[in-house]
Amino acid sequence: MNSIFAKRRSRLLAMKSLRDNYVPGDKLVTCPHCGQESQRKQVAQSLSVCPKCGYHFPVGAYYRLSMVLDPGSFRELHEKYPAGDPLSFPGYREKLESCQRKTGLTEAAVTAVGAIGGRKCVVGVLDNRFLMGSMSAAVGEKITLAIEYAGKNKLPLILFCASGGARMQEGILSLMQMAKTSAALARFSEKGLLYISVLTDPTTGGVTASFASLGDIILAEPGALIGFAGPRVIQQTIGETLPEGFQRAEFQMEHGFVDAVVPRGEMRDALSRLLRLHERGGRP
Amino acid sequence: MSELTAAERVAIARHPQRPNITDYLGFLFTDFFEQQGDRLCREDGAILGGVALYHGRPVTVIGTRKGRTAEENLRCNFGMPGPEGYRKALRLMKQAEKFRRPIFTLIDTSGAYPGLEAEERGQGEAIARNLYEMSCITVPVVAVITGEGNSGGALALAVADRVLMLENSVYAVLSPEGFASILWKDAQRREEACGLMRLTAPELLSLGVIDGVIPEPEGGAHLAPQTAMAHVDLALGQALTQLDKLGSRELTTRRYQKFRKMGAAALREDP
Repeated sequence: MNSIFAKRRSRLLAMKSLRDNYVPGDKLVTCPHCGQESQRKQVAQSLSVCPKCGYHFPVGAYYRLSMVLDPGSFRELHEKYPAGDPLSFPGYREKLESCQRKTGLTEAAVTAVGAIGGRKCVVGVLDNRFLMGSMSAAVGEKITLAIEYAGKNKLPLILFCASGGARMQEGILSLMQMAKTSAALARFSEKGLLYISVLTDPTTGGVTASFASLGDIILAEPGALIGFAGPRVIQQTIGETLPEGFQRAEFQMEHGFVDAVVPRGEMRDALSRLLRLHERGGRP
Repeated sequence: MSELTAAERVAIARHPQRPNITDYLGFLFTDFFEQQGDRLCREDGAILGGVALYHGRPVTVIGTRKGRTAEENLRCNFGMPGPEGYRKALRLMKQAEKFRRPIFTLIDTSGAYPGLEAEERGQGEAIARNLYEMSCITVPVVAVITGEGNSGGALALAVADRVLMLENSVYAVLSPEGFASILWKDAQRREEACGLMRLTAPELLSLGVIDGVIPEPEGGAHLAPQTAMAHVDLALGQALTQLDKLGSRELTTRRYQKFRKMGAAALREDP
């Protein structure tokens, strides 16, 4: 009986991830990093990584989930959680609706319970196609609900971060989500549970200054831009050009803020190993 | 009093003669002993902190410092802290917890410093860590926004049991100029941004983001600093009296629940 549901779930995720892994371009795709052309099909098959230079193309939330979760284990949490317009900001509602139509998402965060290498866990993903993965009240709430769900069910938590920062149209309430998610993680951590944060391109602003930086383990995808202030703002502030590789995943690892840079093709194995290593939660 | 526009309040909040942390330390506290350094890397002048007596009772005071003269401005980086500043603040808060002292934070900053070195040393991590740790501090924490409170740079000192704002201070996700330039690619539309951002104290009180508004003398605190600071004194005293009645557990639970609710009401109201 279980397998019927598992099949259905696996089909559902496969369908959604297909849409998410759509690599734009007719037949050939030009890599924004190396400038070389590759077959679209080839890029899609290599987990949206440029076959020539290893550049990691941005990917959608469901595709991300399908890359790491065991087939058939996916069950979405708070799928219908509504997006809101808490400050009644002019033009914002229309913007949300057009984003929802374009991406098929209700908000920038997708959270799910699933399994990696047979180990159950809660996984949240920010999707930067949805208003740059910016932190809205709904995003903060969904992440917090996922943290609480994991805490209640004693499950490890994995959050894939990608964000342009605060959701301007939600002003101060966007800012407050930083406090909310961080405080929820503190309570989660007190239970002795594992939180792995995975930083993908780009992770900036309020997300960096909250849950992205609070993982017991922090992983990053190669070349991902990770920082609090964006490079443009820093450049304006200091009036100098920034060094090559500044704020990239490798730079952050060198400066002590990332445990390991893990290519997309190895992410699933890395997560699976980490879950295994933390299985007993340190208790005998 | 409430006829001031948001943009006018921003101007008052930034007034150079507005009472700053040094004024408050002189007026509200005695025996202030400054504690410097984050014990990891360096001292950050943008954050001033230490132990003092508040009506005879030891407290930890931490706040941002902008400075008034050009020389002071430079020394404290115009009140824009780096990660060292936030780490120093956290060190002092942990110490306050150890010695069971209440914590007062006084906030007036245009934001965390967006510089190269600040990034290298983990500005984002430092702020995140403060939010995380402040939510668990077992002594009373009262935050007062005295001027501008912008971005995570302000929030990193404001995960408090009581967040109070002076009537003409402002608290926002970032400066109105930054807001306009991000949203409309035009920093000139700052006045329009002020009107939409809900950054004034009365608006934030009604959104449930802050817990109280401290009245200012007509025209702004800079016109009668002593009166304004006396109002702050009164508000701090009241907040402390209320919080003293709560045990550590109740304190942290209530603080958590307050922040846990932020933004959720708006989502339920209009699905």
